[in-house]
Amino acid sequence: MNDFLQLCFAGMALGARYALVALGFVVIHRATGVINFAQGSIVALGAYFAFNAHQTWGLPFLLAAIIAVAGCAVVGIIVERLLLRKMSGQPVFSVIMITIGLLFVIDQIITMIWGQDAQNLGDPWGIDTVEAGEIVLAVVDLWAIGLAFLVVGAFFLFFRYSSTGLAMRAVAIDEEAAMARGISVRRVVATAWAIAGSVAAVAGITLASGPAALRPSVGLIALAAFPAMILGGLDSPLGAVLGGFIIGITQTLTAGYQPAHASWLGQDFQSVTPYAVMILILLIRPHGLFGTKEVERL
Amino acid sequence: MVDSRDHVLSIQNLEVVYSDVILALRGVSLEVPSGTIVALLGANGAGKTTVLRSISGLLPTHRGEITKGAIRLDGDDVTNRTAASIVGHGLAQVMEGRRIFPDLSVQENLRAGAIVRRPGREELQASYEAMLELFPVLKDRWESAAGYLSGGEQQMVAIAQALMAKPKLLLMDEPSLGLAPLVIEQIRDAIVDINRQGTGVLLIEQNAQMALSIADHAYILENGKVAKAGPADQLRADKDIQEFYLGMGEGGRTRLNEVKSYRRQKQWSS
Repeated sequence: MNDFLQLCFAGMALGARYALVALGFVVIHRATGVINFAQGSIVALGAYFAFNAHQTWGLPFLLAAIIAVAGCAVVGIIVERLLLRKMSGQPVFSVIMITIGLLFVIDQIITMIWGQDAQNLGDPWGIDTVEAGEIVLAVVDLWAIGLAFLVVGAFFLFFRYSSTGLAMRAVAIDEEAAMARGISVRRVVATAWAIAGSVAAVAGITLASGPAALRPSVGLIALAAFPAMILGGLDSPLGAVLGGFIIGITQTLTAGYQPAHASWLGQDFQSVTPYAVMILILLIRPHGLFGTKEVERL
Repeated sequence: MVDSRDHVLSIQNLEVVYSDVILALRGVSLEVPSGTIVALLGANGAGKTTVLRSISGLLPTHRGEITKGAIRLDGDDVTNRTAASIVGHGLAQVMEGRRIFPDLSVQENLRAGAIVRRPGREELQASYEAMLELFPVLKDRWESAAGYLSGGEQQMVAIAQALMAKPKLLLMDEPSLGLAPLVIEQIRDAIVDINRQGTGVLLIEQNAQMALSIADHAYILENGKVAKAGPADQLRADKDIQEFYLGMGEGGRTRLNEVKSYRRQKQWSS
């Protein structure tokens, strides 16, 4: 039983990181209808910004984290301004291909600047743990879970109550009608990219801190966060978080039990589970768990 | 020429080209005196919606461009400004086909209409109440997704949403399209109410009957040009207009499509 709870906690910790990555996908998709495949590389960039500010410049960790968040917001705005804005009105397919290209370009820039070697982010959590009964909870995991809930809560309030959030939803539904209401689509899209960048930095920092090391490949986790986003429904922040937890927990449970009980599935089967779960759920609910079907007149 | 400050809208010699080749407007001039209702009539493809897009700054979205002429809103030149800046300047439009945000609630639709003037909480509340006074039926649908409302209710949401910006001029593109006669009457009454409160209205309609019954002035657009203009009651008495737009011609051509096909023949033969 304790093993099970321990695995569930590990799954939530992993899922929280998936969720943070997925939230970045969601905000851009929600405002623009584009799936930004470069999100993973911005996640990595955020972790390296924090590393650079903390370890190289010697700034306090919290300040370094804030710099990383702001830096990635700026990167998001630059990417939108220089590349994506030129593509407005072009086929979504071409736009998505650009983001895939960008993924590799940013990856290369990261290795050019910081190299291939593993680095230590130098976060204050390190390998600290707290014990709850028989279960050992890593402090960094508690932070990751807390941050995921904090960010999704902030998203909820933002979309529901703020003018910019409402403008973003309006633009996502009908761009021209939103323009006719005096909403500046450019500002809305730029804001979405800035928010996605900020969330990516938070995701990157939680991924590279604690016992994990900082490598350029840290952004590859975006590929596993992808099923989390699809699962939750492309446009639902809450769905992204629940999707992240579902994927994370099934993955750690598989890692914990599959080698002993179903070894015939082969080694490293847990890396396939996010996609297997995604396929299963999409077969039952094609719009994901919380995705909105378009409202149709009855 | 009358001083343009007496006009909430004045358009001079407007020429619009789509995709660099298609000439949609060929020198249209039009004026909306402050506090009046002006109707812009014409068949499909006459250029009515293009006039509206030019005023509201939505031409670029359709690869259209103003190649000549000027548009003044409340005395200020707004030619080629962005849609957001024009709305900020006191123009709001009700687009053809209503174009409300179906996934948003009625309340959120109205709130979206007010974003441009950044109202405070109390101001917003006062505007909501004014809209519910104009369209009391919306009270019961306040929290439901606007997409689930009936066509007439959606049109009311669209009008209320536009009014939330507190415009000096309201543009309406075919507000009666696809609505039942009884609902059209409600919408017409609402337009009169809105106008009484001081808002100028430019009403684009194929339903000439309805438009001429409430307009002070009217323009008839044909092939991207103003073919006729004048006080509404004068146009209502005009023989051609009775025949082509009001379906009151001789020889029993009272059904709209008959009138239309006759009109087309006449156009081609002339």
